[in-house]
Amino acid sequence: MRVRYLAVACALIFGYSLLIPGTQLYGQDNHQQESSQEHPEELSESHEAAHSEAALEEEFNATEYILEHISDSHDWHILTKKDGSHVAVPLPVILFSKHSGLHAFSSKKLAHGHTHLGFALGQGTIQVENKDGELVDKSLKGKIIEVDEHGELVEAGLPLDFSITKNVFMMMLSVIILLLVFLSLARSYKKMGISEPKGLAGFIEPVIVFIEEDVAIPNIGEDKYARFMPYLLTVFFFILLNNLMGLIPFFPFGANVTGNIAVTMVLAVITFLITQFSSNKGHWQHVFNTPGVPVWLAPIMIPVELIGLITKPFALMIRLFANITAGHIIVLSLISMIFIFKSFFVAVPSLFMVLFMDFIELLVAFLQAYIFTLLSALFIGMAMPEHHHD
Amino acid sequence: MTGTLAAIGAGLAVIGAGLGIGRIGGSAMDAIARQPEAGGKIQTAMIIAAALIEGAALFAIVVAMMGNN
Repeated sequence: MRVRYLAVACALIFGYSLLIPGTQLYGQDNHQQESSQEHPEELSESHEAAHSEAALEEEFNATEYILEHISDSHDWHILTKKDGSHVAVPLPVILFSKHSGLHAFSSKKLAHGHTHLGFALGQGTIQVENKDGELVDKSLKGKIIEVDEHGELVEAGLPLDFSITKNVFMMMLSVIILLLVFLSLARSYKKMGISEPKGLAGFIEPVIVFIEEDVAIPNIGEDKYARFMPYLLTVFFFILLNNLMGLIPFFPFGANVTGNIAVTMVLAVITFLITQFSSNKGHWQHVFNTPGVPVWLAPIMIPVELIGLITKPFALMIRLFANITAGHIIVLSLISMIFIFKSFFVAVPSLFMVLFMDFIELLVAFLQAYIFTLLSALFIGMAMPEHHHD
Repeated sequence: MTGTLAAIGAGLAVIGAGLGIGRIGGSAMDAIARQPEAGGKIQTAMIIAAALIEGAALFAIVVAMMGNN
């Protein structure tokens, strides 16, 4: 068992080290030292050259490196070779432009700043008018822009982007895994009936029973919980699987899906809609005519209660986003330390700290999936209060 | 300079949340030590309370981040 853990740890560390775009720095340095030893008379010159080249050579920028890894992208960057060329998995780009219609092509055609059919990956910022008519800077980084033959942005604005990006790809992968696991489980339960769980069922069934008995029943109520079990289980396993897959640094994994605010927002909005549509009279009575509160307080209480409806799913959204993103940032910054200090004495402790953080992140992955499910169940239960005889 | 101020704001928010969650954790430990048989219920209540405090801290951090740019 211990050997297996160690192997997993080594694999994790090896995987992270593959992702660092800093290896070419070392190669360059060695080369320059050698050349200066060969020609002692040119020492000062080559030193100067080395200095100016080091200045030209892109210094390792930890912030940029970390932000690239936690954000979504149109291709899947795997590693940078010594000569500066990238190894990346191209992903499909699907665009709808008001100017030129529907397009689908590989993201390979946009690599290295190339323009394909007038589309290119945006860089820098443009000036756009906001609602008040003021000009504000809008970042184009990571967005696809459409340009005409003179290289100017077209009038129609940015194309609608339906691309299979890194995050979309990993979400599809997680959906396929979930379907495979749960459909095969459902089939085996249909065939065998309720018996003692074996194999995969022995691992999944306790989790499902836990969600049912410790999350759904106490928070929603014995007689009403069954309707919400499909949603609670779906959201639990979706978040859990994506959290865990985000921790694996190899190619088809490692995208920051649950650390993407759009994904967590959709999850939170679904919880909000289910909460409101399954609510009963008592819930709205609490909002518009809170029992025990004098009527003249209503102008204050009603807005507060209405805002309260929104802040609950909002906190749900931010909590998952912030926890997962923060975890990724901590792990990546610890790795960046190696490439900032370029020292053996930093590298070894840093690797152990990364290992430690990865274990904490395993805990966080379970905890955040559990908390999201628990709070969803709690909000749903709160929105249909029992009619107490008071 | 605004970046550093935002970081200080986020740090202050985290201090508050840390104190709050620390108190919840400590009290839950006391409660479980007194009544080990109620451990499961106390744990659930603890996590809910901690999550609510965390929510307040996250709002503060979001405000700090928005003040950053």
